[in-house]
Amino acid sequence: MAKIGVLVMESQKQMVERLRGVFRSGVTIPVHFRLTQLEAMLALLEDNEAQILEALHEDLAKPKFESVLSEIDMVVNDLCYTISNLHTWMQPSYVGTNLATKLDDCFVRREPLGVVLIIGAWNYPLQLILLPLIGAIAAGNCAILKPSEISQATEKLLAELIPKYLSKECYAVFCGGPEETKALLENRFDHIFYTGSQSVARCILQAAAVHLTPVTLELGGKCPCLLYGRLDMKAAAKRLVWAKFFNIGQSCVAPDYVLCTAETRDKLLPLIKEALETFYGPEAQQSPDMGRIVTDRHWDRLVELLKKTEGKVVIGGESVKEEKYIAPTVVVDVKESDPLMQDEIFGPILPILTIKSLDEGINFINEREKPLALYTFSDESQVVTTVLERTSSGGFCSNDGIVHMTLPGLPFGGVGASGMGSYHGQWGFETFSHKRGCMLRGWGLERINVLRYPPYKESNLGWLRWATTAKKKGWAGCSIM
Amino acid sequence: MSSPQNPSPTRWFKALRRPRTGDVCLKSGATACSEVLKRARAAFQAGRTVHDSFRLSQLEALVRMLMEHECDFVDTLCRDVQKPRFETVMSELMIVKNEALHAISNLKKWMEPQRIERNWATAFDECLVVNEPLGVVLIIGNWTSPLQLSLVPLVGAIAAGNCVIINPSEICTHTAELLHRLIPAYLDNECFHSVVGATHEIPEMVDLKFDHIFFSGSKEDGIKVAQAAARTLARVTLVLSGKNPCYVDKQCDINTTARRITWARFHNAGQSAVAPDYILCHAEAIENLLQALRCALQQFYGADPRESRSFGRIVNEDSFNKAKDQLWRSGKVMMGGQVNEMERYIAPTVLLEVLESDPIMQQDVFGPILPILTVQDADEAIAFINSREKPLCVYAYSSNNKLISKIMNETSSGSFCSNDSVLQSLMVGMPFGGVGASGMGSYHGHYSFDAFSHKKSCLLRTTRIECMTYLRYPPYEDRNLSLVTLASSLNLKSQGWCTIL
Repeated sequence: MAKIGVLVMESQKQMVERLRGVFRSGVTIPVHFRLTQLEAMLALLEDNEAQILEALHEDLAKPKFESVLSEIDMVVNDLCYTISNLHTWMQPSYVGTNLATKLDDCFVRREPLGVVLIIGAWNYPLQLILLPLIGAIAAGNCAILKPSEISQATEKLLAELIPKYLSKECYAVFCGGPEETKALLENRFDHIFYTGSQSVARCILQAAAVHLTPVTLELGGKCPCLLYGRLDMKAAAKRLVWAKFFNIGQSCVAPDYVLCTAETRDKLLPLIKEALETFYGPEAQQSPDMGRIVTDRHWDRLVELLKKTEGKVVIGGESVKEEKYIAPTVVVDVKESDPLMQDEIFGPILPILTIKSLDEGINFINEREKPLALYTFSDESQVVTTVLERTSSGGFCSNDGIVHMTLPGLPFGGVGASGMGSYHGQWGFETFSHKRGCMLRGWGLERINVLRYPPYKESNLGWLRWATTAKKKGWAGCSIM
Repeated sequence: MSSPQNPSPTRWFKALRRPRTGDVCLKSGATACSEVLKRARAAFQAGRTVHDSFRLSQLEALVRMLMEHECDFVDTLCRDVQKPRFETVMSELMIVKNEALHAISNLKKWMEPQRIERNWATAFDECLVVNEPLGVVLIIGNWTSPLQLSLVPLVGAIAAGNCVIINPSEICTHTAELLHRLIPAYLDNECFHSVVGATHEIPEMVDLKFDHIFFSGSKEDGIKVAQAAARTLARVTLVLSGKNPCYVDKQCDINTTARRITWARFHNAGQSAVAPDYILCHAEAIENLLQALRCALQQFYGADPRESRSFGRIVNEDSFNKAKDQLWRSGKVMMGGQVNEMERYIAPTVLLEVLESDPIMQQDVFGPILPILTVQDADEAIAFINSREKPLCVYAYSSNNKLISKIMNETSSGSFCSNDSVLQSLMVGMPFGGVGASGMGSYHGHYSFDAFSHKKSCLLRTTRIECMTYLRYPPYEDRNLSLVTLASSLNLKSQGWCTIL
C-alpha cells in the first residue's frame, strides 16, 4: 500500500510482524550492533550531504546554511554524543542496599521495548525522523519510520538511503498519506513517537491506548516571547529575528508572538527592521537565505490570517503565491481575540501584544496552554527568574530563541498541550527503553527472612519495624527485606 | 439528628437533607471530582505547593496520619479483607511511611536543577534541567493494596509539588471511608482531596482534564483510562495486573523456595498484583516442590488455615465467586481447595495438571490459588513466558546464576526478582512499574518524584557576549558554517576535535 518503490510489496501488518520477529531473535541487543548502525547513519549523512541539501531545498527552499546547521549537524552531533556514551548508558545502575539485603544485587536494567514507530513532520523532515531513530537504535529496538508525505523529496530520499545504509531487517521506511498511516496505527507497536499537531496526536493516543502503547508526543503551540525590563534591544532584536524567521517561521519552537510594553515595542520595531535588512537585504524575496512556505495550502492559511487580522501590519505583509513566499511580517495592536492569536502561526508573521507589567505578561501566558518553548529577553536576572519560576513550558530560553534544543544534553519535549515525553541524547535512549528493576537474591539470611513469615508474631513485628524504618538520608532499602 | 426547635416546615426539610457525619458522599464520583478539581487547580495556580517547606509539611502530616491512626487502618483492613495486623503494618503502613520519610530526607536534593554539559557555543551560559510540578494529579487507587497503591503515589505527587485528587478504591469500603475522612483532617484542604467513585465512573473523572493520571488495576480498566486520557492529552502512569510467572529450577534450595513462594502467594489471601501467579516447575523438581509447599503451608497457617489468624479473606462476593470458579474449573487440587461462602474463605490451594486453556491461566487470579505447570527445562519456561503478554514481574528460583541471568536476559517484564518474590516491588530505590500489557511508567522513591514532574530544559543566555552567536546570522556564509559547526559540537574523544578554539 506504500507509494514509493522500496520494501513496498508487504502490507503494513506484515511489516510490523516481520520486524517483531527480527526483534525477538535478539539481533538488535548487542552494543556492537547498535554502534554499527549508528556509525552507518553517520556515513549516510556524510556520503549524501549534497543530495540531502538538494531535497531540503526542493521541499522547503531551505538555504544550505540552515539545512546544515539545523538538520545535518544536529543529527551528527547527537550521533557522536550517543556513540561516545552508549556503553555508559547501557550499564545497569546499582541501587544501594541495606544491611539485610547486602548479599543481594539490586539494579536497574535498561531494556529495549521492541518495535517502535517514528512519525516525522515536514518542517525539519530529516532531523525529526533521524533524531528519534538514534534513540530507538541506541536503546536496541527495531523501528518503522514514517516520514512526512508533505516534504516529498526528503521522504523519497530517506526511503532510498535508510535501507541502503542501515539493516534492512531491523528498520523499515513506510511511505503513505493520512489514510495509510491510520491503517498502520491499527497495528500494535511497543512505542510510538509522533511530531506534529494536537488533533492528530489525539487520534494517535486513542489508537495507542487500545494496545497500551506508550507514546511520546512533540506538539506545537504558541511559544510566547516576553521582553521586559532593562535589555540590550539591538542584540535582542537580532536574536528574536533570527529565531522567528529561521526556516521562514516554520519551527515548532519559533517565538510565535511577542509580549512587551508599548515603550519597548516602539524601540524594538526599528531595530527589528534593521536586523531584517542586515540579514535578508532590502528585498527579502531576493535573498537566497529566506525560505518558502511548504505548500500552497499552508501559504493560503497564512495569507488568510494576514487578511483577517485586526492588528496593524507595520513591517512586511507582502506575499507572492507562485513562489509560496511571504515577507517577514510584524503586526502590532494585536488583541487576544485576533485570528493571529488563536492557533500556532507557523509562518513568518510576528504579532506584538502590549502589556503594562510583568505580572500581566505572566498571567497572559498562564491563561493559555503550556507551550513547547518560552522565551524571555531581559538583562535583569530577576525578571528571567520570575518568568522561569512562574510559568511552565516544554523548554525555556532567556535572551535567545531555538538554541536550547540544539544541546543533546538537554531534554527536548513538551508538557500539557505541547506534548509528553522528551528526547535528544540520553533522553532519547531512556524514552525508548524500559527501566526494569532487578533483584538477585541468594539463599542466605533466611534466619532474618523468617521474621516476615506467618504465623505472625508481635515480637517479630516489633523487630522488623525497627529494622526497616527509614532513618537516615540516602537510605534506599527495602521495607520487608 | 436533633429535632428542630422551631417546627417550621422549611427548617425541618433542611435538617432532613443535612448529611450526617460518616455518610458516604451522595454525589456521583465525577460530579464531586469536578468540584474539587476546580479548587485544587486554583490552589495550584496560586502557587501553594511551590515551596519545599509546604511539601515537607504535607509529607510529615501524612506520616503522622499513618502513625496516629495505625489502629484504625488495622481495623478497617481487617473488616475489609480480614487482613492480619502484621500484614497491614508491614506491607501497607510501613511501606508508605518509608516512602514518605525517604522523600522528606531527599526532597531538597530532588528539587535541585540538574546541570548539563555545555559546548563551546554555550560556554558562558547556564544549561539546566529544572523539575516542575505538573499541576493537578488524579490517583486512582486499587483494592489489592488500598493504602500502598493510593498513598505511595501521593507521596511522589506531593514531593513533586502537585495538587492531588485521590480516588481510593470503593471495593475496600471501610478503608476508603477512613481515607476519605482522614485526608482532609491532615492534609491541606485546598490542595488535596479524596473522592469516592465507582470503577465505571473513572473514565468520566479522567475526562475532566488532569495533568497526570496514576492508575493501578486491571488491563481492561487501564485501557479505558488510557482512552479517556487520550481525549485530554493527559499523561498516564498505569500499573496493570497480569499473570506473573515463576520458574522453579531443579537446582535450588527447595525448602527456602517453597517458603518464599508461599509467603508471596498467600499473603493477603492471594489478593496481590505482584505475587507469583503461576509456577513453571522443572519436571525433576515437582515432587520436592509439592512436598516443601505442603510443609510451608502447614508451618505458616497450621492444619486448618481457616482457624489461622495469619490468613485473610476475599474482599467481596464477586471476587470470591470468580476465584472459586477458577479453582473448580482448572487442573487438579493437590492442596487446599476448601471454600466457605459465608466467610468468603478460600483455603490456600495448589493446583497441578493445569492446562494453558484453563480459566486460571486465562484470567487474573485474585485469590489464594497457585497453579503449577510442568516444564522440561528453563528454555521451555522462557518460551512459555514470551508467548504471553509482558507481566508486571518475572520470578525465577535457581542456584545456577547463569540460568538466572539467562531468564532475566531473555524475558521482559516490569521487574524481575530471583530467589524471592514481591520484595523488588517494595524497594524505595528501584523503579516499579509495568511494560507492554502490564502498564507504562514507574514509581517509588525518586522515580515517583520524576513521574509527577516535568523536566524543563533551560538555557539562560546573556546578550552581552556575542562571540559565537553572530556566526549563525544571515547573510549566510560558508566559512561561518564550519566555525559554527565546530563550536556547537561537544568535545568528543572519538572525533579528535581540536581544543584550541
